Amino acid sequence: MIEVRWHGRGGQGAKTASQLLADAAFQSGKFVQSFPEYGPERSGAPITAYNRISDTRCPVHSNIYDPDYVVVVDETLLESVDVTAGLKAEGAIIINSAKDPAELKPLLKGYTGRVCTIDARRISIDCLGAYFPNTPMLAAVVAASGMIDRTTFLEEMEDSYRHKFARKPQVIEGNLKCLRIAMDEVKEA
Amino acid sequence: MSIRERMSGNEAIATAMRQINPDVFAMFPITPSTEIPQYFAQYVADGRVDTEFICVESEHSSLSACLGAEAAGCRAVTATSSAGLSYMNEVLYVAGSLRLPVVLAVACRALTGPININHDYSDSLAARDSGFIQLYAENNQEVYDNYLMAHRIAEHPDVRLPLMVCEDGFITSHAIENIELEEDALVRAFVGQYRPENYLLKKENPLAVGPYGVSAYYMEARVAQAQAMKNAKRVILEVAADFEAHFGRSYSFFESYRMEDAEIAMVLMGSSAGTAKACVDELRESGVKAGLIKLRVFRPFPGEELAEALKSCKAVAVLDKSEGFSAMGGPLFAETASACINLDKRPKMIEIVYGLGGRDFTVDAARSVYERLERIASTGEIGEVYTHMGQRE
Repeated sequence: MIEVRWHGRGGQGAKTASQLLADAAFQSGKFVQSFPEYGPERSGAPITAYNRISDTRCPVHSNIYDPDYVVVVDETLLESVDVTAGLKAEGAIIINSAKDPAELKPLLKGYTGRVCTIDARRISIDCLGAYFPNTPMLAAVVAASGMIDRTTFLEEMEDSYRHKFARKPQVIEGNLKCLRIAMDEVKEA
Repeated sequence: MSIRERMSGNEAIATAMRQINPDVFAMFPITPSTEIPQYFAQYVADGRVDTEFICVESEHSSLSACLGAEAAGCRAVTATSSAGLSYMNEVLYVAGSLRLPVVLAVACRALTGPININHDYSDSLAARDSGFIQLYAENNQEVYDNYLMAHRIAEHPDVRLPLMVCEDGFITSHAIENIELEEDALVRAFVGQYRPENYLLKKENPLAVGPYGVSAYYMEARVAQAQAMKNAKRVILEVAADFEAHFGRSYSFFESYRMEDAEIAMVLMGSSAGTAKACVDELRESGVKAGLIKLRVFRPFPGEELAEALKSCKAVAVLDKSEGFSAMGGPLFAETASACINLDKRPKMIEIVYGLGGRDFTVDAARSVYERLERIASTGEIGEVYTHMGQRE
């Protein structure tokens, strides 16, 4: 079983990203859980969302305290939230940032595992013309973890977009390009 | 052939409602149940159901509108949570005593205060004596399956009682998980049409609904209602057996998980039971004879069956996600303990109030309960009977 914890801010779509990851894993035949942790709902407040992805139905319905992967959708959270709490050393953290992983490592409280960054803002603006960090972050966590095979993932996402954007086919190619570029551009230290 | 899907508990309920296509859905929104009417409104807009979808001004009115529809001979549904269920309280009793089998979906949420939107059972368990049948679920699959069985249980001529299909707010209502859906036509064939024998607008034999009950008649009406709740036990099992024959998934009053030779056990409800099962599996691997009972049916309370299932245990912990403020534990403990009162040999029994207002219940928390039960079983010392778990000191 793979457990993922997402850190974002209300309104950035971390919950949606966790649902997209569950969708992709579901399409590849897995059992999935995607669930948010709700507090007072304010735009900009730190929020957490979770994924469990497994080969059999997981009966556990608690939050995730020892994730395999952590995804940080907003790098300003590194200063206020203990994002690496419980994160397994053999796992990885994937941060939305234009910086190199080595620059961010000092903020990660001695985390010894892999640190990855992805410039989701630039990729999103280049491919979609606006800042939607979800799509590149989803691709980055799939690439960094290898939890779904690249070709399978891209095929499933294309199917999913053709269904989801049936009335807006012009946005499909931009989203797919966004996924491909993000998978290639994950930086690691 | 089942349909492999993934969706939240709320969408699973809305899907079951769409498949059943009730005559009336009277709605008023409240977190975390709001998505149920939201999804259903889309089905109405898309012409996938021909339900009369009524937006009313309160929960008191949503259930009242359902009762009006049911009295007229229609199948009616609604959904709510927390303060919304409290606001329905007067009408809940009317539904039970009028013997109108409305089906109410409840995304269970804490009751104020402090104000909180997260899960516990203080809303649904406060309504335990209202005359509703209550079904609880571990996950989205069980919520969906309970909903498919709900109308048949509630509308059965020997029952004719309203029914709550309860899910854990957010934990189930908002979590997306895999689910096996059944095909629309098979669901409709299983659930069937609602054909009450008598109703208000039946022109051959119109029925008076809601007359005053003078003392000379009141008690007879209440005894008949109590008998209907007893009858519901048989009907719940009959419908479950037919459900299994149709769709292959098995249900009863409760699920006994690794109870065959269990010496220590928990009794609990909902999603926490899944988390505790993972703990039971771990303990079994290290030779600890642990088990659990996940209660599905709280009303009618399956007391005899539960006592039978627990009688061989040395120590039992009842976990209540509702305080109750009785100063001696919550409702699940009170009912489980009273169910065991006439056993010749009873297990030692403790009560743990946990998970209030969304406080997380983990595998580690479950392990700490079993460790306490092992001590009680080996020493015979119960210690404090009624405690809370998971709060900061």
